[in-house]
Amino acid sequence: MSILVIAEHDNATLKASTRNTLTAALKLGSTVEVLVAGHNCQAAAQAAAVLAGVAKVKVADAASLAEGFAENLAALVVSMAAGYTHILAPATTYGKNFLPRVAALLDVAQISEISAVVDANTFIRPIYAGNALATVESSDGVKVITVRTTAFDAATDGGSAGIESVGAPADLGCTSLVGRELSVSERPELGAAKVIVSGGRGLGNGDNYQQVLAPLADKLGAALGASRAAVDAGFVPNDYQVGQTGKVVAPQLYIAIGISGAIQHLAGMKDSKVIVAINKDADAPIFQVADYGLVGDLFEVVPQLTAAL
Amino acid sequence: MSLKILVPIKRVVDYNVKVRVKADNSGVDLANVKMSMNPFDEIAVEEAVRLKEAGVAAEVVAVTCGVTACQETLRAAMAMGADRAILVETDVELQPLAVAKLLKAVCEKEQPGLVVCGKQAIDDDANQTGQMLAALQGWPQATFASKVVIADSKATVTREVDGGLETIAVTLPAVISTDLRLNEPRYATLPNIMKAKKKPLDVLAAASLGVDIAPRLATRSVNEPPKRSAGIRVGDVAQLVDKLKNEAKVI
Repeated sequence: MSILVIAEHDNATLKASTRNTLTAALKLGSTVEVLVAGHNCQAAAQAAAVLAGVAKVKVADAASLAEGFAENLAALVVSMAAGYTHILAPATTYGKNFLPRVAALLDVAQISEISAVVDANTFIRPIYAGNALATVESSDGVKVITVRTTAFDAATDGGSAGIESVGAPADLGCTSLVGRELSVSERPELGAAKVIVSGGRGLGNGDNYQQVLAPLADKLGAALGASRAAVDAGFVPNDYQVGQTGKVVAPQLYIAIGISGAIQHLAGMKDSKVIVAINKDADAPIFQVADYGLVGDLFEVVPQLTAAL
Repeated sequence: MSLKILVPIKRVVDYNVKVRVKADNSGVDLANVKMSMNPFDEIAVEEAVRLKEAGVAAEVVAVTCGVTACQETLRAAMAMGADRAILVETDVELQPLAVAKLLKAVCEKEQPGLVVCGKQAIDDDANQTGQMLAALQGWPQATFASKVVIADSKATVTREVDGGLETIAVTLPAVISTDLRLNEPRYATLPNIMKAKKKPLDVLAAASLGVDIAPRLATRSVNEPPKRSAGIRVGDVAQLVDKLKNEAKVI
């Protein structure tokens, strides 16, 4: 019996989330296979084959899988589910979208966003936005799991798995792509960045956000993030949002600037290794989780910090 | 247009409540805690009501599964503008697969042309039910919606995905799950709260729907997350840079 990891990729490259999911899978057993489902996705399959610990890569290459739509992808995974004890995908918008369909069609529970593996049937997952951790045990024959990527290290290269083709089921034809507006940025992806510079309502407006934070982020090679308050105020697009309702991140260094530290924001960043808070309000809750707190006017302090680096 | 929209909603601990883990680690303490409609579901009700107000939908039916007290949550949905409501009543602990099966049974009775639900509940944070219902019905789905346009028997939905936005068109019937930025839900006015008390609310016994709702996951324990303690205050930027370089070694 083996374990199946469903790779997140853009046909050409693997997303970092696939590496974290593989690490979680390797805690469950030693025979881990990776499914790369897409169209003209040989390059992504090659990248999966060299991940350390992968026993085999299965490639489903079909036009119906090109966009990663949930309906066709779930049908494919269900068609090949027999023989696997666990099916895992990253708890990103990609994995969260299709994997519940797989679970429903297999008539099993999904165990969402696990943050630790206790044993092959038992997992820890955050509930109430991370304010509690539940240890849950599944009695289903196959465990269908999404993985909180920040809770598992990225698997490294070093393998040489064989690649095998699998057929794709018929196109369900119910979904079509109208368009994509992906944020184009020179900066690292928020979910995978080692350093994040994050801004809140204290920045005042979108222009200030860019003028004050972008130079610091450039110096540090950091991703830019934001609190929900800053997003709701229109400073930056929603994909910048860190928090319970946005992205959950755990970088090496998280610099919270002008962020008060609402529970919903803390839920998204409190697992960061080192947290720096810069805020003029000495009583802001963000200081209760910060390793290093600096009380001051961010419009003075942040440019000084940028200059000092 | 005669589109009927079904809006599944969930009664959860109010989002402003700081939940506490019970001393025996069996769960979180729900005694005397304020309960409200799941915020993502409020957005779903709002969107359905707006579609009706725009003449796109004919009827909005709110549905929930759970204990008798969930009737309050259904009344809240009707005060926002849902026309009627259905409670699938049970005392059994419901997990997403069970809810999806109960909703499938309701869909078979009601034959909605569209289901609009919240993307996840803020208690179990599962983010499963809408997708599961769509799969069980053999319908397409459009999750994490930030914009919805219904025309020509299709829903064109802009989705909030990692890295940006994706717009897809799905054939109806379909399930749409709502993200935060789809709309800003209205507050119910007092006259509408009064009116909602007179709107029809049907109660169905979950057992009468003939589906297996037994939990599949057993909760072994619930614990507090590790506390993060406050660190130190630094006096100025120079000290901060020194600490980050020489103590934390992160830059």
